[in-house]
Parts: sequence; C-alpha cells; structure tokens
Amino acid sequence: MRFTYSDEQAMLLDSILRFGQEHFPPTERHRLIRQGRSGETDAWARMADLGWLLLPIAEECGGLGGGIIELMALGEGFGRNLVPGPYMASCVLAPALLARGGAVQDDLIEQIGAGEAIVAAALLEDDGGYDLHHVATRATGSDEGWTLDGAKAHVEDGGDAEWFIVPARTAGGVRDRDGLSLFLVSASAPGLRVERFRAVDGHRHARLELEGVAGQLIGSQGDALADIEAAVARASCGYLAEAVGSMEAVSAITLDYLRTREQFGKPIGSFQVLQHRMVDMTVACEEARAMLCHIALSIPKGDAAFQRAVSAAKVRISECGIYVGQQAVQLHGGVGFSDELIVSHHLKRQMMLAIAHGSIDHHRMRFAA
Amino acid sequence: MEFELDPADLAFREEVRAFFATGIPDEWRTRVRAGLRLNPEELVAYQKRLAARGWGAPTWPVEYGGTGWSPIRQYIFWTEAAEADAPAQFHQGLELIGPIIFTYGSQELKDRYLPGIVNADDWWCQGYSEPNAGSDLASLRTRAVRDGDDYVLNGQKAWTSYGHVASHCFVLARTSDEPKRQQGISLLLVDMKTPGITIRPVATMDEKHHTNEMFLDDVRVPAANLVGEEGRGWEYGKVLLDRERMVTASVAIFLIQTVKAIREAASRRTIGGVRLIDMPGFKAKLAQYEIEVTALQTMVLRVMADAAAGTDSGPLGSMIKLRWSQLSQAGTALWVGALGPRAAHFAPLDNSHDLPADMPYAMQGALYARVTSIYGGSSEIQHNIIAQRALGLKG
Repeated sequence: MRFTYSDEQAMLLDSILRFGQEHFPPTERHRLIRQGRSGETDAWARMADLGWLLLPIAEECGGLGGGIIELMALGEGFGRNLVPGPYMASCVLAPALLARGGAVQDDLIEQIGAGEAIVAAALLEDDGGYDLHHVATRATGSDEGWTLDGAKAHVEDGGDAEWFIVPARTAGGVRDRDGLSLFLVSASAPGLRVERFRAVDGHRHARLELEGVAGQLIGSQGDALADIEAAVARASCGYLAEAVGSMEAVSAITLDYLRTREQFGKPIGSFQVLQHRMVDMTVACEEARAMLCHIALSIPKGDAAFQRAVSAAKVRISECGIYVGQQAVQLHGGVGFSDELIVSHHLKRQMMLAIAHGSIDHHRMRFAA
Repeated sequence: MEFELDPADLAFREEVRAFFATGIPDEWRTRVRAGLRLNPEELVAYQKRLAARGWGAPTWPVEYGGTGWSPIRQYIFWTEAAEADAPAQFHQGLELIGPIIFTYGSQELKDRYLPGIVNADDWWCQGYSEPNAGSDLASLRTRAVRDGDDYVLNGQKAWTSYGHVASHCFVLARTSDEPKRQQGISLLLVDMKTPGITIRPVATMDEKHHTNEMFLDDVRVPAANLVGEEGRGWEYGKVLLDRERMVTASVAIFLIQTVKAIREAASRRTIGGVRLIDMPGFKAKLAQYEIEVTALQTMVLRVMADAAAGTDSGPLGSMIKLRWSQLSQAGTALWVGALGPRAAHFAPLDNSHDLPADMPYAMQGALYARVTSIYGGSSEIQHNIIAQRALGLKG
C-alpha cells in the first residue's frame, strides 16, 4: 500500500506545475482572464501538444486512458497555480459521456483531444437542485431525427463550448431515474439560446433554452443516468484534487507571509493565536488530502462505493477548502482582501469548486442515503 | 498510488476476523462504543487472551515478545478489533513504558519487565504530571536522591490514572538541578508496593474512578531501576509522548464504534412515529460525523503506510490526536442528543431500573471525552507542536 504518486504520476504533476508557473503566473492572471477564451488559447494549444487533453480519455475512444490517480495529479497541478480553462468539462466529463457511442462522437473526441473543440455537458435544470435525474427537457423523435425542448440552468464551463451534451427525456416523468437519453447539440443550432456568464474565478458558464433544437442521440435510448452519474463522479475527482492543490498552495503562501510580515516589531507568525489558526489550516489540508486517498481506496470496491466516497470527499474537501481560503484572506489582513494578491483568487476558486457538480449539502444527503 | 492489500495481508485479515468473531461479551459493547475503558479485570482478561494467541503486543518487535507486524497489519488488526466491538488494549504498559524499556533499558530491566507487560501480569501507571507541572511538564519538582544502591523519591504526582490498581509506576523525577530545566530529570521504574507511596482517588466529572493523586514519601527505588542514564529521562519522556500520539492513531480507528452506537440509538427513538435516524436533520448530522471520521481514519492509514515505507510522518500524529479528541467529543455528544429527554436519566434512584439501553455509558462517554483534549498533550499543546515542528513557527 502506497499513498504517494508513482514516478510517472509525479513527473506529470511536476510538468503541470511548471506549465502553470509559465503560462499563468499571478502577475498575468488578471490580463489573461479579462481576455476570456483568447487568454487561454495559447496554453490550451500547448496542452494539446503535450498530449494532456487526450490523457483522461479512454483508450478505446482514442485517448491515453489515464485513470483517476492521473486525473488527480492533473487537478492538483492545476489547483496549485489556479490554471483556468474548461479542462474537466471538455476533456474528462464530455468524453466520458460521448463514449456511449456513435460515429460522430469518435470524430468529436478526436477534436477535443487535438484542442480543436470544446464540449460541455448541460446537466442541471431549475427546480432540480443538483439532482442529475431531474430532467424536464423533452426529446421528440421523428423521421427527421430528434428535437429538444426545455431549459438548462447551468452548464459548467459551457461559455466557450462549440457543442453541448444535453440529457433529455425520451420517457418517464421529470424525476424518474429511467427514460433519460443523451443528445449532442451544436452551439449554433437553430432554436438554441445560449446565455453566457463569467464566474468569480474566471470560468465561463452558460444557461440554455431549447425550442425545437435538433440533437443527435448519443448511444442507446432511455438508460443514460448511470453513465451520467459515473462521468460526473469521475470529473469531480479532478475538481477535488484541484481544490486540494489550491488549498495547499494558499496555505503555503500564508505560512510564508506569517514568517515575513512584521507588526508590533516582530513577525506575525510569532503570535500564538495566528500560529494556531495556521495549524488548523494545515490540519484541514491534511484531512482534504486524506479524502482524496479515501476515493482512491474505494476504486477497487466498485462503482457504488466509489460514488459514495466521492460524495464524502465533496463534503469534506469543500469545507476544508473554503475554510483554508477564508483564513488565508484573514491572516493576510487587508492585502488578503485585495484583488491584486493571488490569495483571494484561491478563495474564489474554492467557493466555485464547492458548488461544482453538487454542493456540500447535496453530497452530504447523497452520502447519507 | 497502490491501495490494495496483498493476498498475505488479506489472509491475515481473515485470521483476525475469525479470532474476534467470538470472545467479546455483549455487555462490553456499550462501554467500548462510548470510548470508556473496561474495568481493569476485564482488560486483563482480554490482554491475556491476546497474549495466549501471540498477539499481546501488536506494535512490538518479535525479539521482545511482540508480533513484529507491519504497520498495515497493525491497522488491519485494530480495524477488525473495532468492527467486533473489542476494546482498545490498555496502553500505559504496552505503548508508553514497554518501548522505552526495550529501547533504553538494561538487559536486566528488559528481562524482568517486558514479559509481564505482554502477559498482563503487571499493570503500569504513569507518574509524570504534578500539581504544578501539567502542560509545562519540565517544571516537575519530584526529587530522586541517590543514597547507596537506591534512589530516594519525594514529591507529589497528579492524574495518576489507574494508580489504584497498578502494580508498577514509571516516574519522572529530578536527580539534579541544571541550567536547562529539561536536563537533570530521570526515569525510574517503581514497584507500587514500595513503602512510602500513598494513592488518593480523584473524583472526575464522569463519576468513574480512574485517576488519582500519588504521594511519594522517602520511597526507596533500587538504582538498577533507573532507565537508561541518569539525567536523560526527559529525552526518553519525549519519545513516550510521541508514542502516546501514535497510540491515538490506533484509538482513532475505534471511532467507527461510536458511529454504530449513534446509529443504533437514533434507530430506537421515534418522534411522531418517525425514527430519528430517518429525519433529514439528524441524517445530515450523522453523515457529517461519519465523513469526518472517514477522513481521520484515512489520515491514520497514511501514518501507517508512511511508517511501513520508513517515511517520517512528522507531526501527523499530533494532527490525529487533535482531530480524534474533537471527534470523540462530537460523536458522544451526538449520541447523547439522540437519547432525547432520557439523556437526563443517568442513574436509577430507589428501585427504578428502566434506564435507556445505553445509559449511563453514553453520558459517561460524553463526559469522559472532555478529557481527551486535555491528556497526552492538550489540544493547545498539540497546536504548538504542529506550529513548531511542521510549520517552523517560533514564539
């Protein structure tokens, strides 16, 4: 039993760390994020060159077949330097859903891996909370194919997507677990209205309204939920590792600040009340990392155990990440509140990661169920 | 990362599971789950059963009568014990003084004392704290003065847990005055039958007698009972404190028993015909607790894996102590909360007998849990240790 990355995984993490420092140094962050997608395209092309966009895609779909641990190494590396971009949405979640089958999908996966297409999954609806089975959007079949009607409340990283993967009902009621099918929809399809939003962490998301929008069925009909839940759990692992990388990074930055910042004639790290807060942040980081290990331990136990472990990790890592982010701002004082320092950006990312693919409350109840 | 147990470890787990399938009396269960220690005679019987199986000292090397188990096997052993509602072994001999004797003690001390610890023929208690030396242990004032072949001990010790049943005590005493307070302290092994030792019980908030104050008046201890070198006891003592935190790692595994107890209590009680366990508010609290216990258990597993790989976990032991005490307090509080108004029925008066099934132990556990963040280095001291050792922050 070993709780450290293999040499290969450690090398991957190391190159992602260097990549992050090179492409997204804190000093450039504002400028790049203001530019939107064009601020990320150079880095995205470089990631494609390095093969990273193919890494989490299954081998049978033409990818490199990276597992959960590789995904964690990637996420951790992104988190440490707050690398932006729709990686988990487009390279992890979308290919896992597209793997349900079809010729067009194979082409699209190839384009994702080459950095030529961004695909986002439109999974949440108003009134549905974070329940993936809550789908009111309907698909109607005819000789000419499928058309979709409905709305999607939030599409994670959907702001720059060329394609959307849209779950819709081909049977059953709004909250039934059966009767869900997946459809591929072009962002420029007639009848599709895309509203785009920027989040506080620079990620760009979308809301969709669909009126008679043409969609291509992905895989078989009526049985998509299990694949959706599994794909979301998998993508969540990348986000959870990103949260751990980010909280460890901001914790280290804070420790450094405590050692160097002087008030009352001495380093503020000599004050016990701040030392103890710093310790609580460190313990939170340890707990969060332990939850990543807990996920890894659950993998051999089957999908139900894995998804329950992901829910447990979502609860604790989100709590720890927000705590560490908030306290990092607090211990930095006024400059912690400023937008100039990277510290507040870590907190904002933690807040967004905590609600991505299910809030703390959602996952706590899922764990309890 | 590799997370699967190898076949030999899996076979070992089956062996341990079979051992624990029998021999744990039902009446131990509630107390064990409440984190309460069993009575000394029960713990002695349990220890003797383990020793007969060759498992008396899971953390010790084979040459001293231990199992020589890898850290992973220790983890498996403790997890199976916890699942079976077996108690944690009494640690003061096994984990606190035994390892010091086999690390620093003379051959004579090893031969004389180690077997008695493993077989539970001896019961050890710890003579460290004093009325004016708690968290600031180095300010201890008990003196040991050399007189011929003996040391003569004088002083007062506090919080001598199980001093009233112990056959032996390991005592830190000052043998000389040095500029640095940590120097000049020696570690002595004392037979509790030695004239001059007086034990007085100390009543504690959980209404259970487990601790005492101990008075030492001209207590003569053979000089051969000095562990290691004179004046270096503090160094050995520090190793003890480190082990005490490692013991916590093993005890932390036993929190899964508290989860079971809460679940059972909340399954028994209904409000408006609905079981407490089925109410969303309670469910969420229990889920939260279980998740935090899971995080802690995985931290323990990491310590074990680090130990197996020979990597230094640094102050992860302190972090585990800190979180374990918080969770033992939170868990027993949740349990008592699940009992509702009847949590007020602690002890029957007159001929009454209809106590809730898990009383008084649930309440006693909740009260006892308050001391877990005080003993073995208080939570505040653990914070200081982590700040200094892991973060390099100095006062």
